[in-house]
Amino acid sequence: MSQIIINGLFVGSFYALIALGYSMVYGIIKLLNFAHGDVYMIGAFVGFVLLTSFGGLAAAATIPTLVLLVLVAMIFTGLLGVTVERVAYRPLRSSPRLAVLITAVGMSFTLEYAVRQIFGPSPKAYPVRVSGGSVEFIGARISTAQLVLMALAALLMVVLAFYVNRTREGRAMRAIALDPAASTLMGINVNRVISRVFFIGSALAGAAGVMAGAYYGSIDFLMGFVIGIKAFTAAVIGGIGNLYGAMLGGLTLGLLESFGTAWLGGEWRDVFSFACLIIFLSFKPTGILGARVVERM
Amino acid sequence: MKTQASITAPAPTRARPERSRGWRSDDSVLRLLGIAAFAFVLLLPFINASPYTISIMTTALIYVMLALGLNVVVGYAGLLDLGYIAFFAVGAYTSGILTTHFGWSMVFAVPGVIVACIIAGIVIGGPTLRLRSDYLAIVTLGFGEIIRLTANNLEITGGPSGIHGIPSWQLFGWDLADGVTIAGIFFNGKVVFYYFVAVIVGLVGVVALGRLARGKMGRAWKAVRDDEDAAEAMGINTYVTKITAYIIGAVWAGLAGQLMGTHLTAISPNSFLFLYSALILMAVVLGGMGSVPGVIIGALFVSLAPEFLREFAEWRFLLFGVLLVVTMIFRPTGIWPATAVLPWSKDKHVDEDVDEVEQDSAPETRDEAELNEGEDTGGDLLARREGENR
Repeated sequence: MSQIIINGLFVGSFYALIALGYSMVYGIIKLLNFAHGDVYMIGAFVGFVLLTSFGGLAAAATIPTLVLLVLVAMIFTGLLGVTVERVAYRPLRSSPRLAVLITAVGMSFTLEYAVRQIFGPSPKAYPVRVSGGSVEFIGARISTAQLVLMALAALLMVVLAFYVNRTREGRAMRAIALDPAASTLMGINVNRVISRVFFIGSALAGAAGVMAGAYYGSIDFLMGFVIGIKAFTAAVIGGIGNLYGAMLGGLTLGLLESFGTAWLGGEWRDVFSFACLIIFLSFKPTGILGARVVERM
Repeated sequence: MKTQASITAPAPTRARPERSRGWRSDDSVLRLLGIAAFAFVLLLPFINASPYTISIMTTALIYVMLALGLNVVVGYAGLLDLGYIAFFAVGAYTSGILTTHFGWSMVFAVPGVIVACIIAGIVIGGPTLRLRSDYLAIVTLGFGEIIRLTANNLEITGGPSGIHGIPSWQLFGWDLADGVTIAGIFFNGKVVFYYFVAVIVGLVGVVALGRLARGKMGRAWKAVRDDEDAAEAMGINTYVTKITAYIIGAVWAGLAGQLMGTHLTAISPNSFLFLYSALILMAVVLGGMGSVPGVIIGALFVSLAPEFLREFAEWRFLLFGVLLVVTMIFRPTGIWPATAVLPWSKDKHVDEDVDEVEQDSAPETRDEAELNEGEDTGGDLLARREGENR
């Protein structure tokens, strides 16, 4: 029982990291960034490239190495996110919603198949696997790797919450989420703030990508597809556009999925999560923490 | 006392441009083009009847069918469906199970497929069409995966290996697979099936769906797509309109799935990846959302391009992704926009506009005259109406 909870929280912390990017972007420009899951995948591949090109890194498979990898991948995917926004989404900001959604799908496709052309369609083994001792914790086995990754995810989320709630830039983000036109009038550079949001969201997804690669040990070019839908599910469960909602939703989905797997069997795991999405949208589309939005099309 | 209907719609302020007539008009040129294309499709087996040609052409026609169905959902109603292939899968699996496990004939499986697709459409569309359109996109994405994984996991769908030995269609005791001899020419089963698909796509897909789009329902779809709030204010039940479009798209995809099951005689979960949903979407978007000729061109391009350019097959998905982004940024209306006008009637349209501007003064003065008349008799219009009612 406690093992199920620990596993759920662990998977949930990944979901939460990716859901944060989804939710922030959605909150600020009301765009579902379908390419977000693929940014996560590219984060994993950045880590893979670093590890294979610098052999010494893989040999010294220690916690500081992992943190360094995560940082580099975060910078790379962050810049990628900014580029994607600049190239594909900004020209269409005043277009109908359908056009932007289709562009996002096209972007996701482009990233996936660009990686496929470079690295090939078969899964790649991650050169570093964070293993090591495990500790007993109220009857559940939890490896030190899991603990480190969860701590890292928690740290990133705390930093993000501080950034959004306490700094000047964070206030600008919240202002744009409320009213972009009024924010422009107040002298906020809306484009720059949106770029920053894309940087942060994509960087978080990249971090999750490296962690997932190091933990599961295998990556492929389609790994971002399913996790993208799941992160969206997490964002919806928590209340999309809400920072704490994304974190809470990620952990909730992780737990739901963990119990669902224990109850129905592993092959039904994804079906169960997506069914949760449909059920949540039917009965509580605003999510756990989401405010009632009376906005239409 | 009988009260007369006192409120009348205001007269149009400018005359409608007269519909252009003659064989050079937009409508008749399109019709001629359609007939020519259909004739070409029918004559193709006489030009090249190799099994390979017939097979890829049948697949291409089924792609056209799917793209026409998705065009109803995306092009006319403006709902982004990213799991369209799921309904294709529902149709293929329903007919596959009914014919192989329960021994139904293909024709009797059609109502089964329709019912299954309507149920699936209501389950997915029902809750999500009330919400913002982006939710529908991601829920359909999830639904596509649900269907594929369920087909992969269940016993009755054959698990990962799928269903084999799907029979052909039997009409009045005649099996399509047996072929037929007409006027001394033997058409084998594959060619007969190709004609069967061509007739369904041509008559039902192009003609019937096209007429549906021009009718009251189709105009309601387009109104909802262009401005949902305005459409609702005009008295359109937007929810019912959207769900109708969604269900019609679903049923159409299900029937395409049934044809695909017959064509391939075997189906497996791997035929229903997200990739194919994206391909159909690309066909619709590249061709032109809401434009029937555009969508047909798009579907033919998407399905036949890898056959003609073998070395390009590896790169096509990357290229399609880039094309999708580029199309949306630089030409969101696609190759053949829904509002396309023939080059020679473009000049004519401009001329008509000029004429109208010149004529405009006449109706306006008439309106003003009426208004003045009203003011003379009753002060303001409302007072005059009340006076009439008494």
